[in-house]
Amino acid sequence: MENTLADIKRGERCIITDVSSIHIPLKLLEMGCLPGNYVELVQVAPFHDPMYLNINGTHLAIRKETAMHILIKR
Amino acid sequence: MSKQINVALIGNPNTGKTSVFNALTGLNQKVGNYPGITVEKKEGVCKLPRGVKAHIIDLPGTYSLNASSLDENVVIELLLNKNDKDFPDLAVVVSDVENLKRNLLLYTQIKDLEIPTILVINMADRMAYKGISLDLEYLETHLKTKIALVSTRKNQGIDKLKNLISNYKDLSISHCIDLSEIDPAYFKNLQSAFPNQLIYKLWLVITQDVNFGKTDRNEIDAVANFKTKSKNDLKRLQQKETIKRYQFINDVLKKGQTIDVANAKDLRMRLDRVITHKIWGYAIFFIILLTIFQAIYDWSSVPMDFIDTTFAAFSEWTKNQLPNGAFTNLLTEGIIPGLGGIVIFIPQIAFLFLFISVLEESGYMSRVVFLMDRLMRRFGLSGKSIVPLISGTACAIPAIMATRNIENWKERLITILVTPFITCSARLPVYLIIISLVIPEGRFIGLSYQALTLMFLYLLGFGTAVLSAYILNKVLKIKSKTFFVVEMPNYKLPLLKNVALTVLEKTKSFVFGAGKIILAISIILWFLASFGPGENFNNAEEITKKAYSTENLTSEELQQKIASHKLEHSFIGIIGQAIEPAISPLGYDWKIGIAIISSFAAREVFVGTLATIYSVGNDDEDTIKNRMAGEVNPILGGPLFNFASGISLLLFYAFAMQCMSTLAVVKRETNTWKWPVLQLIIMSVFAYIVALIAFQLLK
Ligand SMILES: Nc1nc2c(ncn2[C@@H]2O[C@H](COP(=O)(O)OP(=O)(O)O)[C@@H](O)[C@H]2O)c(=O)[nH]1
Ligand SMILES: [Mg+2]
Repeated sequence: MENTLADIKRGERCIITDVSSIHIPLKLLEMGCLPGNYVELVQVAPFHDPMYLNINGTHLAIRKETAMHILIKR
Repeated sequence: MSKQINVALIGNPNTGKTSVFNALTGLNQKVGNYPGITVEKKEGVCKLPRGVKAHIIDLPGTYSLNASSLDENVVIELLLNKNDKDFPDLAVVVSDVENLKRNLLLYTQIKDLEIPTILVINMADRMAYKGISLDLEYLETHLKTKIALVSTRKNQGIDKLKNLISNYKDLSISHCIDLSEIDPAYFKNLQSAFPNQLIYKLWLVITQDVNFGKTDRNEIDAVANFKTKSKNDLKRLQQKETIKRYQFINDVLKKGQTIDVANAKDLRMRLDRVITHKIWGYAIFFIILLTIFQAIYDWSSVPMDFIDTTFAAFSEWTKNQLPNGAFTNLLTEGIIPGLGGIVIFIPQIAFLFLFISVLEESGYMSRVVFLMDRLMRRFGLSGKSIVPLISGTACAIPAIMATRNIENWKERLITILVTPFITCSARLPVYLIIISLVIPEGRFIGLSYQALTLMFLYLLGFGTAVLSAYILNKVLKIKSKTFFVVEMPNYKLPLLKNVALTVLEKTKSFVFGAGKIILAISIILWFLASFGPGENFNNAEEITKKAYSTENLTSEELQQKIASHKLEHSFIGIIGQAIEPAISPLGYDWKIGIAIISSFAAREVFVGTLATIYSVGNDDEDTIKNRMAGEVNPILGGPLFNFASGISLLLFYAFAMQCMSTLAVVKRETNTWKWPVLQLIIMSVFAYIVALIAFQLLK
């Protein structure tokens, strides 16, 4: 089964393998959410949503629904 | 005469554009709005070497030329419109040395528009701390520009920047990437259809939903229709473009930047472990809120009282200095108190913005947005709405001004529309006096009924706001992409200069913007209350004297009776009596009607108006309370202020939109009368119906 960004745990660091560009706002891609870049889960709000991430050195928060469209490998 | 150079400051949010702007222009700046939308436009003038002047615009923060919010549209509209009077001769891209890679994305886009561009690398003071070193010469060559390494905090590099700006003609305008490589066939086609246009500009026109002013409208429409590809294909190309840009940037930075990780320190992680924690995060937020409210109420009460008494004294003094007459009265009863009504809000507004700007500058606000988003989302709001909603308990005016940092227009509009439901400090005097009249003094498990009622009213306000947000979210059909991507900036110690300028500027914009309208309303109200038609008004003195000739009144009491008689027959009194049939089903008489009408200028006028009508010379709440308790309902008999009419009045004040200044601010922030008028009508009708039902059920 493929893993999405929505599944990772706090403190975990992974590599982005694919983003479904239709579901992901361009803005997120432009902030560095691109295949090959690393991503680390810094902190989560209650219910795992939103998620506070470090993507390739940029710190940002996105909602879980968006994270589900980002594939990762551990 | 040398022409002014038009300089646009562009950059990602939080890179220090405004700090650079403040450093370049000092106090030579003014804030306006872009026509049609209310995103702030800051302009200023900077003196350069050799007598040249630069006209500088601080553009809203943007991550990319692919706009995703109104703020960002402003940037791209300006850059694509050569005929705009602000079209930059020179773009200064401000970047943050800690996020250089991401910041350079926007830089490569602007370069590709062939606009002369200078790169500012700001926050140079953080380099050692983060273990970053830069090869500026290498970067300048490969980024094809001039670079100013700046620290606005340490005031370094600003002179170099000024020098570069004055020599902007030497800058190269060559591209960073060759866009056509991402789909050669498509772009070749496009270029041959519009041979005179820049390819990247064409591409932006095709992919963006922005409004491009009047200029070359036809041609732009033609380009925009050149959509031979589906939306998804276009987006895939945009993704390819983004990857290509990052490749370029990575290549440049590989040699031009070295980061010594061993030397890097990270305070952020340690702080965020607590500040965004599931439990501690909320606890800290709660404590900060409590502190802010306490401070706003406590700290501003002293200057507010001072302003109040000063204006009263000033009015009195003017009265004594000038000869009696209509003009003196207008001045002392209309204009001076009206001005006082503006100035008295200054302390609250200044304190609120002091806190908000400190929270924002420090980076804490993004953490609140992160913590609150999930909760607010249920109601069609976003995490970003929490700040204005909370500020609304002080006053809706600064709260509505604080919605400006919500990028999503729909969320921002909903927030603006529901904020007036929040119990603001102006409702408090009204609530207090009515509660003390109609709610019994008993206790319920140790809590007094009166305090519980007050608390209930606060909850009612918040609940209504949230609920109407929910409804508006369903009803409003506004197209605005609702995704949530919030950058979590580094924690920073706020720059004193920035905070001071923000407070100054917001306060000024309140005084001059909303102030004009408060002033106008108070003059109108004064006219309506001071003049009346016919015998009854003009001969008020004789009529009253005759009526009370048998009683033994002191001259002061008699004066009050005369004033009260005059008011009753003034225009506003006539209006009050005319609307009495409409309000008597709610349990009110015409005097309350007048108080309600004058409350439309500002709610806190209620007590004062009743005080005048009941000819109590001052606002002393106990005296007026006794008078109110003694009033008799003209139709039903019995006390006018009983449980039923009191509750009805409380509910009316909870829901009605009775604040001219709020309406004025909503108009200013939405740039149309549509929203404030709708707000006024819907809220007032709703208030009326609820009050009607309450009275009819309870009486
Ligand atoms: N350490 C450091 N912080 C800075 C510098 N310039 C600005 N800041 C801080 O960076 C934050 C964002 O600055 P601001 O000018 O509001 O950025 P803008 O959003 O791009 O307009 C504020 O907290 C500033 O105090 C600098 O040179 N060094
Ligand atoms: Mg700014």
